[in-house]
Amino acid sequence: MSAYLKLDHIGKTFTRGSASTEVLRDIRLTIDKGEYVSIIGHSGCGKSTLLNLVAGLTQVSQGAVLLENQEVNSPGPDRAVVFQNHSLLPWLTVYENVNLAVSKVFAGRKTKAERHDWIMENLTLVQMAHATDKRPSEISGGMKQRVGIARALAMEPKILLLDEPFGALDALTRAHLQDQMMEIHARLGNTIIMITHDVDEAVLLSDRIVMMTNGPAARIGEVLDVPLPRPRHRIALASDRTYLKCREAVLKFLYERHRFVEAAE
Amino acid sequence: MSLPVIKSDVVVAGPFKPRPATVVPLAAQPRRFDLRGLAIKVAQSVLPPIVVLAILLGLWQIAFSDPNSSLPPPSEVWAQSRDLIVSPFFENGDQDIGLGWRVLVSLERVAYGFGLAAIVGVLVGALIGQSVWAMRGLDPIFQVLRTVPPLAWLPLSLAAFLDSRPSAIFVIFITSIWPVIINTAVGIRNIPQDYRNVAQVLRLNHIEFFYKIMVPAAAPYIFSGLKIGVGLSWLAIVAAEMLTGGVGIGFFIWDAWNSSRLTDIIVALVYIGLVGFMLDKLVSFLGALVTRGTASN
Ligand SMILES: Nc1ncnc2c1ncn2[C@@H]1O[C@H](COP(=O)(O)OP(=O)(O)OP(=O)(O)O)[C@@H](O)[C@H]1O
Ligand SMILES: [Mg+2]
Repeated sequence: MSAYLKLDHIGKTFTRGSASTEVLRDIRLTIDKGEYVSIIGHSGCGKSTLLNLVAGLTQVSQGAVLLENQEVNSPGPDRAVVFQNHSLLPWLTVYENVNLAVSKVFAGRKTKAERHDWIMENLTLVQMAHATDKRPSEISGGMKQRVGIARALAMEPKILLLDEPFGALDALTRAHLQDQMMEIHARLGNTIIMITHDVDEAVLLSDRIVMMTNGPAARIGEVLDVPLPRPRHRIALASDRTYLKCREAVLKFLYERHRFVEAAE
Repeated sequence: MSLPVIKSDVVVAGPFKPRPATVVPLAAQPRRFDLRGLAIKVAQSVLPPIVVLAILLGLWQIAFSDPNSSLPPPSEVWAQSRDLIVSPFFENGDQDIGLGWRVLVSLERVAYGFGLAAIVGVLVGALIGQSVWAMRGLDPIFQVLRTVPPLAWLPLSLAAFLDSRPSAIFVIFITSIWPVIINTAVGIRNIPQDYRNVAQVLRLNHIEFFYKIMVPAAAPYIFSGLKIGVGLSWLAIVAAEMLTGGVGIGFFIWDAWNSSRLTDIIVALVYIGLVGFMLDKLVSFLGALVTRGTASN
């Protein structure tokens, strides 16, 4: 079986004027359909850059991103992104924000009534159907992030790209959204790449954890399989041997072998 | 990407801040119509200007009540131009009409000139805002052109159009377009990369991007440009109507000066001031309406 998504020897170098920084070097990764993969690494190592490359928002310097054996190098709704800071359009209501995506992606494919149902279905999925007429400024950070997820899901993407989706939230809200994300993944079977800083989040949600070395010229240091059966429950897992082992492996990678070096900047 | 600095304190007035929505508790208090509170509020905002106005009129009256003084005092304005003050909409013949009618004629001219400036200004501003180099190249030129006073454009526009009516509209247009262009361009430059990314992921085309993302995102800037522009276009009306003649309020002043009716000029000035004030408020109001929620996030 050939991989669903393949990152084929990707490198990325930013050049501004005469100065150039190599951010990523020789990234190789294959992801299967329906897999939930987390990317973890210290701040500034190039996680967002890697995600933007897959999204097509940034161009690779070397190598290629292959989705179903097709090279992708421009953004599109088949790789929906939930951005680090929700990026809802503040002048549109919750409903209109999702509608912006739905009316563009499904123009000509769904009738108006079908589009409405589809918007509501996705808002219901993230439990935001009660706030359709609110503007982003009127809802909490967790709610905004959920709407961002609904907007991305509503594009019916082949791959869902999440850039620290829960990073800016308090612990309780984060836990709640993580549970919702697991439920959505179980129900829809999406292929998901998620960036995170949070070791517990990575272990709880992922099938595999990609650990990145520090930049500049960051690489994939290690890929950890998380052989925990689903559905997973955070409380039951808190004392699970496998869970604790995975957690320890990630922590060791991050804090022993690739400690954050300020001087790297 | 950093924004090319616009060295202007007048034209780029920053994003236009709509008032933040306030939460009104609905059932917290028994709703009683507070007549006394309302009266106090009205008195607080209406009384001071009235008092100051009365004092100023009094001073003016004292200063110019000498029969040999060069300017008429308020009492004489009232005596000689009473019809213009009390009834804005009388019609006694072709040239003898109330100032209200004249204002309407002038407003129509401003509507053409400023309307055109608004449309062209936003489109040109949007184009320029997309490109760093266009911004760098054109911005200094615009900054110079925007300081040219309306009257200075007159001869050129007459020479170009040969006819007075389009020339007048052109003068209004050319006076008011610069702040619209410059502010729109700055607004477009300031659109967060996030919004552009959203548009790219959705593969919005140029037209969709223009009216779904660019215009609403830059609306606070666009409206502060429009606000300055509408003020400038009203400033240009007297200059513009020196050309066209006819019945506009600007021409009325020119005409009154030629026949030495100073009191009429004074009344016309008050009209122009009041209408200018209302135009400004109107654009502010529209801006607040359109940009609801844009500035706050
Ligand atoms: N457009 C760009 N031009 C030049 N350098 C860039 C650009 N974008 C990112 N970088 C550099 O690439 C490196 C990685 O940035 P990136 O945003 O991918 O980090 P990150 O891992 O997502 O960090 P965080 O966890 O803080 O979000 C940084 O050192 C940054 O300075
Ligand atoms: Mg990042």
